[in-house]
Amino acid sequence: MIWLGIETANTPLSVAVVKDGKVVAEMVQNIKLTHSAGAMPAIEEILARVGLKPNDLDAIAVSEGPGSYTGVRIGVTLAKTLAWTLQKPLVGVSSLQALAANVVLYNGMICPVFDARRGNVYTAVYQGMALEAIVDDYHAHIDDLLERLKALEVPILFVGTDVDIFWENIVEVLGDQAVRAPFSFDLPRATEVIRVATKKELPNVEATHYFVPQYKRIAEAEANWLKEQKEKQHE
Amino acid sequence: MGEFIMKNGMILAIESSCDETAAAIIRNGKEIVSNVVASQIESHKRFGGVVPEIASRHHVEQITMVIEEALAQANLKPADLDAVAVTEGPGLVGALLIGINAAKAFAFANNLPIVGVHHIAGHIYANALVQPMEFPLLALVVSGGHTELVYMKEHGSFEVIGETRDDAAGEAYDKVARVLNLPYPGGPRIDQLAHEGEEAVPFPRVWLEEDSYDFSFSGLKSAVINYKHNMDQRGEQISPTAVAKGFQESVVEVLTAKTLRAAREYQVKQVIAAGGVAANRGLRTSLEAVFNEEGIPFFVPPLKLCTDNAAMIGAAAMPMFEAGMRGNLMMNGRPGMELKSWV
Repeated sequence: MIWLGIETANTPLSVAVVKDGKVVAEMVQNIKLTHSAGAMPAIEEILARVGLKPNDLDAIAVSEGPGSYTGVRIGVTLAKTLAWTLQKPLVGVSSLQALAANVVLYNGMICPVFDARRGNVYTAVYQGMALEAIVDDYHAHIDDLLERLKALEVPILFVGTDVDIFWENIVEVLGDQAVRAPFSFDLPRATEVIRVATKKELPNVEATHYFVPQYKRIAEAEANWLKEQKEKQHE
Repeated sequence: MGEFIMKNGMILAIESSCDETAAAIIRNGKEIVSNVVASQIESHKRFGGVVPEIASRHHVEQITMVIEEALAQANLKPADLDAVAVTEGPGLVGALLIGINAAKAFAFANNLPIVGVHHIAGHIYANALVQPMEFPLLALVVSGGHTELVYMKEHGSFEVIGETRDDAAGEAYDKVARVLNLPYPGGPRIDQLAHEGEEAVPFPRVWLEEDSYDFSFSGLKSAVINYKHNMDQRGEQISPTAVAKGFQESVVEVLTAKTLRAAREYQVKQVIAAGGVAANRGLRTSLEAVFNEEGIPFFVPPLKLCTDNAAMIGAAAMPMFEAGMRGNLMMNGRPGMELKSWV
């Protein structure tokens, strides 16, 4: 069973090939290169290095969001098109769960964080090795998140490069409850995307057409439009 | 990637630069084997215009289905294709990226070369799907985002001799439609109202410098807004048909006169109109009349090839492919891409 994993949900890029439960190759980087310029060449290169043709793949795993709208869409578009044209199953994995999966052999609460600008984050709480969702993936103001975490009254391990943006705020609210994961756990990795994907059931190939990103947030124009409709109803 | 010889002359083309998700299969750059367009107009209507983020979301939802439908209607497999063509720019960057990344993944998986096409080159080459292009040629490109006069000496040679200095013609149509409270997209409605109108409100014609082939429509748009404002203040009703007729007459007269003058100066053998606004009845009729009298063949593609589609991208990609033009897997969306000659 040969998997290709694709992770482009935020600035970091990662692609990986896993064969029969063993990592064959993985590429992880965190540089300012657009995913449109970087992702497809990375896939081409990793397959060339491990001596595989596109059709040798048995399944594709992709980080489905949340994260940067454009970043998520590029990974999903590449994965969706490859899976459809090669007629191989496509499995989507939460970008937050995949990041939490970096923290292996840890049994406590893990809080992955992606910056969503203006004091907002995409976040969740996953527990331990089973990566059980205690707080489902959502878009929230950092203050809302910290309030919920404080109520849990247990240590929280924060992971992700964007944690640093909010760290002062986090410590201020949570004090000793807040634990910072080592920097080497901070980048999302395509091998973890694949590892989480292998725990899921393989969908049939017809499902690929209906695969969509998990933005966890409606578009701003749509939010405004819904608000207007509501106001009209009240008038 | 990079073969120069074609097996069947079959190009799969993909277009996603604005609010249409489109795929087509074109044979030898002139025969439409299939042409699929998934329009998002219904979704954008409630916002009164195209919302880029919503457009991008719809493109991801539709893209593989649209490509599959293009292959199914053509009764072809990926192995029957010779190349993949895709709109590289200009357009909404987030929207362009979906078509581009789908095209790259498809090309890579099926070991096909990829060609990145300029959207306006596509609009012009839509004509190659109707009759052979004869050079030198003059193209009037009019759409929601573009108003350009393009002179072509030969295949792949583009000289933009005139362009809008502010609003595109289609943009002016949409804004005037909003003044008249017409639903989006307003262009076709204004065209219809203009035809129903007997009287026309006189609006100015903007000619710019005497020898210029450039256009300007923002003054005309303001004139319409001011007219409505003044009438409102006086408590008088405006006649939508008279406003539409007056506005359209101004746009059509300037577009027609400048196109005619350019056609004479450049002594072209063919004049073509392209882009969404080229479907406008008023403009079409006016251009047909003057070029008929002038004795220069004038062509405008059928409606479904005037509005955004992938068939036109496949038509433009063929001469590019033959000239050895190739994209690669690093291709990125180019929202402000310039129309450049490839010869």
